[in-house]
Amino acid sequence: MTKSGTATTKPNTALASDSAAQTYADGNPLGTPGEHKHHTKAPAKLDLASIRTALPVAVRKLGPRQMIHSPVMFTVLVGAALCTAICILKPAVFGISVTIWLWLTVLFGTLSEAIAEGRGKAQADSLRASRKGVVARLRLDDGTLKEVPGTELRKNDVVICEAGDVIPSDGEIIEGLASVDESTITGESAPVIRESGGDRSSVTGGTKVLSDRIAVRITAEAGETFIDRMIKLVEGAVRQKTPNEIALHVLLVSLTIVFLAVTMSLAPFASLPGATPSPIVLVALLVCLIPTTIGALVPAIGIAGMDRLVQHNVLATSGRAVETAGDITTLLLDKTGTITYGNRRAVNFFPAHDVERTELIEAARLSSLADETPEGRSIVDLAAEKGVSGPDLAALLKGSEDFAVVEFSASTRMSGLDVDGRKIRKGAAAAVAKFVADAGGQTPAEVDHKVQEISAQGGTPLLVAGVGNDGGARVLGTIHLADVVKPGMHARFAELRKMGIRTVMITGDNPITAKAIAAEAGVDHFVAEATPEDKMAVIKEEQAEGRLVAMTGDGTNDAPALAAADVGVAMNSGTPAAKEAANMVDLDSDPTKLINIVGIGKQLLITRGALTTFSVANDVAKYFAIVPALFTGAFPGLGLLNIMGLASPSSAILSAVIFNALIIIALVPLALRGVKYRAVSANQALARNLAIYGLGGLIAPFVGIKLIDLLISLIPGIS
Amino acid sequence: MVFSIASFVTQVAVLLLLLILVHKPLGVYLASVFEGKRSSRAERLFYRLAGVDPNTEQSWSIYLRSVLVFSAVSILVVFLLQRLQGVLPGNNSLPGVDPWTAMNTAISFATNTNWQTYVPEATMGIFVQMCLLAVQNFLSAAVGIVVVVALIRGIARTRTDRLGNFWVDLARISFRVLLPMAVLAAIVMVIGGVVQNFWSTDVVNQATGVTQTIPGGPVASQEAIKILGTNGGGYFNANSAHPFENPNVFISMFEVFLILLIPSALPYAYGRMVGDQRQGYTVVGVMGTLWLTFTVLMAWAVAAAQGTATAAAGGLGEGFEQRFGAAQSSIFATATTLTSTGAINVAHDSLPPLAGGVAMVNMMLGEVAPGGTGSGLYGLLILAIVSVFIAGLMVGRTPEFLGKKIGPREMKLTAMYILVTPVVVLATAGITVLLPDAVANAPASGPHQFSEVLYAFTSGANNNGSAFGGITTSGPYLSTMTGVAMLLGRFLPMVLVLALAGSLAKQPKIPASSGTVPTHGWLFGSLLLGVTVIMTALSYFPALSLGPLAEGLLK
Repeated sequence: MTKSGTATTKPNTALASDSAAQTYADGNPLGTPGEHKHHTKAPAKLDLASIRTALPVAVRKLGPRQMIHSPVMFTVLVGAALCTAICILKPAVFGISVTIWLWLTVLFGTLSEAIAEGRGKAQADSLRASRKGVVARLRLDDGTLKEVPGTELRKNDVVICEAGDVIPSDGEIIEGLASVDESTITGESAPVIRESGGDRSSVTGGTKVLSDRIAVRITAEAGETFIDRMIKLVEGAVRQKTPNEIALHVLLVSLTIVFLAVTMSLAPFASLPGATPSPIVLVALLVCLIPTTIGALVPAIGIAGMDRLVQHNVLATSGRAVETAGDITTLLLDKTGTITYGNRRAVNFFPAHDVERTELIEAARLSSLADETPEGRSIVDLAAEKGVSGPDLAALLKGSEDFAVVEFSASTRMSGLDVDGRKIRKGAAAAVAKFVADAGGQTPAEVDHKVQEISAQGGTPLLVAGVGNDGGARVLGTIHLADVVKPGMHARFAELRKMGIRTVMITGDNPITAKAIAAEAGVDHFVAEATPEDKMAVIKEEQAEGRLVAMTGDGTNDAPALAAADVGVAMNSGTPAAKEAANMVDLDSDPTKLINIVGIGKQLLITRGALTTFSVANDVAKYFAIVPALFTGAFPGLGLLNIMGLASPSSAILSAVIFNALIIIALVPLALRGVKYRAVSANQALARNLAIYGLGGLIAPFVGIKLIDLLISLIPGIS
Repeated sequence: MVFSIASFVTQVAVLLLLLILVHKPLGVYLASVFEGKRSSRAERLFYRLAGVDPNTEQSWSIYLRSVLVFSAVSILVVFLLQRLQGVLPGNNSLPGVDPWTAMNTAISFATNTNWQTYVPEATMGIFVQMCLLAVQNFLSAAVGIVVVVALIRGIARTRTDRLGNFWVDLARISFRVLLPMAVLAAIVMVIGGVVQNFWSTDVVNQATGVTQTIPGGPVASQEAIKILGTNGGGYFNANSAHPFENPNVFISMFEVFLILLIPSALPYAYGRMVGDQRQGYTVVGVMGTLWLTFTVLMAWAVAAAQGTATAAAGGLGEGFEQRFGAAQSSIFATATTLTSTGAINVAHDSLPPLAGGVAMVNMMLGEVAPGGTGSGLYGLLILAIVSVFIAGLMVGRTPEFLGKKIGPREMKLTAMYILVTPVVVLATAGITVLLPDAVANAPASGPHQFSEVLYAFTSGANNNGSAFGGITTSGPYLSTMTGVAMLLGRFLPMVLVLALAGSLAKQPKIPASSGTVPTHGWLFGSLLLGVTVIMTALSYFPALSLGPLAEGLLK
């Protein structure tokens, strides 16, 4: 028998299964990204419509006060302004063309950000609509009700919600029970049960009560509710730079400074042979060299990352938490609901030596027909699988005169049927053995042996016995109940191991059971008979060794561990305390989501890294375009460096500038979608991404610039 | 003069073999010195005189302050005593050194640059050479090593703010590494024919009857540390082309070996100290690959010039020493510019244009292949951190270097490090080019003139000290400007490296897993190599195109 576990690992004794609704989504065993229900699906591709809506926003973002946040793009802005001034004073085709493309470079940068934000807008709007004009029935101290607008509610106010009401704000049920439609936030249309006390007492503003009546104590101030946070998140309004983003910015700024020094010193250097480039050319060179591609796309990448998270129905308190998720080295997983299906299932029948297998299966099936627990149903299912079927309960009831269902009770620890004088029971080994002994029978040695064997394997043995009309009592055999590991878990954990993530299974089971499940699922480590304190201890221990820990939880007693973990994901079905302590909330209440979250965090960094590499690698080709263009006049020998054979100095410089601007737009879809993340070792991932974005970044601009040059050399005044 | 490929290949092979044989035992020894616990009698005496408690370790800021104070005092003392040369003994009847030269020289020797704006045998007497410049050769080399030792400790240690004791490290490196090695090297040099005396030699030309005084001096003792400590300041103006400093091809080879010796052994010590020898191998592998690549490039640039008109007129002879041969000279020129040595056995100004360009690129790499004593390793480790940052992002993990997170603070320090030298080179050269009077110090014309200016500031800011020649830098403006370049190029990076060491030491160590980017092996080595080369190319390509490329690429 299992020992009691934490709040999340519901005690699951063989026959005393807690019939409370398991809200864990069983149908999605460690689902891969994209399998989740999305409430508002963001457009997957870049289309003209989204560009059209984003354009005005992009233009508004061109103000220096907003641009200063991206020093790289701010440099481009200043350069473009400078060139504009020069063009006004001395208009020329080349100068004007370069200047236009410099402005386009800046605009493409803000446009990418605006497009990314626009994708969240739709979601935000539908969320806002859910709360429009909600009226709350406030219960005053004297017990009378008063109607107030939902937005005026304060923390600790108590409101009454009845069937049909929209819950006005986040809160905790203090009285009653209700079924609630949470589809506004989870996209899941099936109603969930929420009741006072326990771990399912929290309700979210904007969700709808379908039946019954509840009293809710409000737990969030206006403007800070769950939906408010979600709106801010999808709109990108609360975006703060994450540590990795800051570090990247530092590197980009330092590169910008080096390139400023390069271009500014080039003027005096070139003045010696009398080949001083014009200011417009120098600005063009500077803009081509500084990492504009990544500089322009960093905000879009960040917003898109958050957006992906929201599409997975996960809400993060900060971008930092998402990034940390990518760094996780230890994953703490509750066994029940995450690694195994919540309930034990029958996996085999072992008849006693003098019993026919079919006889045992038939008896087992009969004893479980009235048993509505998942264990009971699994026995009937397994019997059917083994080819044993018979009349169902209704048919039995009709067909027999003497018929009684014996319900499970904690004192007898058995359940079964009395049919036509025959008593069929199944239950805990000791209880059934006693039942048979009392009726004058005895348990054969090999059955005892089997019971011990199943226990040793971590399973739960159930005995099946029949006491006949003739008074003969005998043990028919054993049913093996086992925790069934969800399919695909082993492969998934192997993947995680490859990514360098250690998995630790937490369970309330005894060490033997835990070990068996751990081996079957392929986790690296397990903690058996775990208490909430143990969870905390594991986190502390892992962190002391320098590892970063992620865990999921939903109970109030999980809150300290959720807070201590580097990434704590609370189930939306959990208590407010758990949600408060966590830095992410999973709206689907799917504990396996953690694995997807790790992937999203990694993808965010990979996309940034890949585009940085691409951006810097691009510079090599731009040098080969611009340097010969600048100095071949003074030193014809430098014409050898014009390996692309560009038509003229003007066309070469302009082509480089155009390429530099267009590549931003070309990479927007990649920035929004994210570089594909594969669960492979760091070295394999690095080799792959270096080949694509490093070597690709070296080669692509040679091709691109040459093609653009072929086109624009047709323009009179350029060639 | 003909470039002998056979001789080149033989010499490179011998050098490689010797260095491979020696780098491991020397690395083990260096690590044991850095991690040693006990003090020798001489060291204890030094601690007592300096008032240092050898058992107290310093935080990064105190460590840095010690480095800076020590170097500042060195500069001041060397400056003042040069000025007072006229009244000091052992002055060989030379007057006090001109203030601009004295200032530039003091900075130059304390920064391990050894840029010389003066003719040594006509400016510095035995006292200045032996007691000031030679001592600085030891100390500046030791300071470079001290700083990298602190950085390695920062990487290896966890949750501490202690990086060791500057004075202890300085004493140990001087007494246990540099002094004994220099003594051995000097003995070999004397045997090989390098001069070691305290007087000049009068030579009577039998044919003309004219008596010529050839200056002598304690050359071997100074030559040994000049080379071993990657200093490069010659006893004579002709530096290692002078027969008294470098009499034959064997001593010349020996000098190249000594130049590369300590910088190429330090990675092994590093691997040992961080407890992962693969780290050291990867670093030394990258250094070696760069060294080999640029040695071959230099040889190609020298050899290719044979077929040109200049060579037909005996051009390859100019600036080369007949007794070394073009092969040895190109190996020497590469080693001296790839480390912060700057000694020369061929006039770099007379190298074929593209070969001169290679010498410049060697310095522009940031002196990391294998670089100066200590400074080479910390320079490459900084580039490794840049590489691991990019690599970390590309595998989706906050970058870690040997278990230490590279967060915003670490990246700030690293990013500033990589921008210091290019910005100093480009800014000082840029300003100089704007001043016609300053440019006039380089009487050449066309791109060669620009090359001379660019070379001077590249050499100064990278603390190399070799000169393209042709440019007179002893005037107030160029003395000051090169002095500034040397100071910034030496001490700003040191400040950043020590601050980085401090912030790394504070961190806990994150255990490596298969999700961590390994900082060893082929892949990371290639990335590091690529980052080093691309960063250099992006910073200097336009400038190089106006100098050596404009001169060397002919249509």
